[in-house]
Amino acid sequence: MPSSIATQDREGPDPAELAARFGLTRTTARPTLLAYLKQLWARRHFILSYASARSTSQYSGSRLGQIWQVITPLLNAGVYFILFGVLLGTSRGVDNFTAFLVTGVFVFTFTQRSLNNGAKSISGNLQLVRALHFPRAVLPLSFVLVEFRQLMISMALLFVIIPITGIVPTKNFPDGPGDTVMWSWLLIIPAIALHMLFNLGLSLLMARVGALSADVNQLLPFITRIWFYMSGVFYSVDRFGPALGALYPVLQLNPGAIFLDLYRMVLIESHEPLDLPLGLNIWAVAATWSFILFIGGFLYFWHKEEAYGRG
Amino acid sequence: MAELNGDAERTPTVVVDGLHVVYRVIGAGSTPDKGNAANALKRLIRRKQQPSVREVHAIKGVSFVAYEGDAIGVIGSNGSGKSTLMRAIAGLLPATKGAVYAQGQPSFLGVNAALMSGLTGERNVQLGCLAMGMTREEVREKYDSIVEFSGVEEDHIKMPMRTYSSGMGARLRFSIAAAKSHDVLIVDEALATGDRDFRKKSENKIKEMRAEAGTVFLVSHSMKQISRTCNRAIWIDKGVLRMDGDADAVVKSYLTESS
Repeated sequence: MPSSIATQDREGPDPAELAARFGLTRTTARPTLLAYLKQLWARRHFILSYASARSTSQYSGSRLGQIWQVITPLLNAGVYFILFGVLLGTSRGVDNFTAFLVTGVFVFTFTQRSLNNGAKSISGNLQLVRALHFPRAVLPLSFVLVEFRQLMISMALLFVIIPITGIVPTKNFPDGPGDTVMWSWLLIIPAIALHMLFNLGLSLLMARVGALSADVNQLLPFITRIWFYMSGVFYSVDRFGPALGALYPVLQLNPGAIFLDLYRMVLIESHEPLDLPLGLNIWAVAATWSFILFIGGFLYFWHKEEAYGRG
Repeated sequence: MAELNGDAERTPTVVVDGLHVVYRVIGAGSTPDKGNAANALKRLIRRKQQPSVREVHAIKGVSFVAYEGDAIGVIGSNGSGKSTLMRAIAGLLPATKGAVYAQGQPSFLGVNAALMSGLTGERNVQLGCLAMGMTREEVREKYDSIVEFSGVEEDHIKMPMRTYSSGMGARLRFSIAAAKSHDVLIVDEALATGDRDFRKKSENKIKEMRAEAGTVFLVSHSMKQISRTCNRAIWIDKGVLRMDGDADAVVKSYLTESS
């Protein structure tokens, strides 16, 4: 049988030489950073449309549909309010605890979900990664965009909740803590921009970790829960922190607490900003975190581009 | 075999050079006592590799050159390494040893993984096209012809894809996938979908795409289909290139062997 015509015979030119002569390139080579950025830019419409497709199809089976995007964060905040505000009384030292807590829950959820979904963005979409060619960063980036849409809805809710809670009387404030619409709300735009950069970086970082080691996904719920408790979502870090000694500045400077405080400072008039060590400026700390994570996360992810979806 | 001898007149599109692909499978079954938590911890502490990680040597030194205008049938039994080889050519699996060189980016025909059943057919057409790397303008241009080719009616295209019959869904998926032209196209068992009319239609489409594309690889278990659509065939057996040549000849010896 002609099975002897296997191709071990090398009568023709050397394959690598032949490839080079006709300008063929290796199919699994990692693109240079610049080429990678260009590829990503060329896929920007895919990133956007994939994100909006995901958030639409998320609720497509349920009768209330997109309304869940409003109900879910409210229910979330309600649960924490009953748990911490009413039952555990962690509201000490916070004038407008409802606004404080709801802001905290909405903002931290954005980070938490970027982290979780980022970790699953490659490992949970192997089918797609194995079938089509595109810069893999598309996936973690568009997963963060899905959460960004959710944050926009949450922010709209906050703009209503804060003035309402401002006139509800509390024990210390018979006429309410007085929070209302104010000009500094415009600063929410740079705050969200920095937060977004941070989350994109976090998501890229976790995407590589989650893709190359399935074990990390098992640990994630614990990591995010510890971070949640450390970041002062439902208590004031400056009120409870000093008792922790050396851990106090760590708590204050952790990006979770920093971003929560940034939003609260901008949105809630009665909020007392974090008293950061060394008199650091909170905007400077937030920007530092954002750029470190975004640039670091992007490089870290890109470095293993060709290995995703393997095996 | 004229194809292999580096005919100077023909332009190569894919050069596979001594390709080996080895991949690790985690969780491959092993003896049951090794699977418990205490043993896993011990392994972790001693930094030993999991015994359940097995290395699969799927492609063992394959070399060939594909040229412009080739339609190459890829045959072999299940698990012979056909799909692994195709994925390595498409650059979706890295080579352990050796290399694959190609003109442009070889692509699979298929966008199923990018589509979402909860979305309307219309949005899936847009999503699928963008996923394949088209620009928005290209999508707008091709939209009508995609829907027309699929034969999905106007009122269905506005409904979620999960309400489609399986044939209707398959037709739309093929139409989306076939809308993009590629330098090197890989078709992996995608033609067995839809009714007979559509199968014929899609085979013709493949021929058309072959004319546009430089090279088409067709993975199929249907020898008739390979003889009909391909001029050349490669036979992969247990990760080794068993035979490479004229489609009819390779099909004939494959059938003699397996019967």
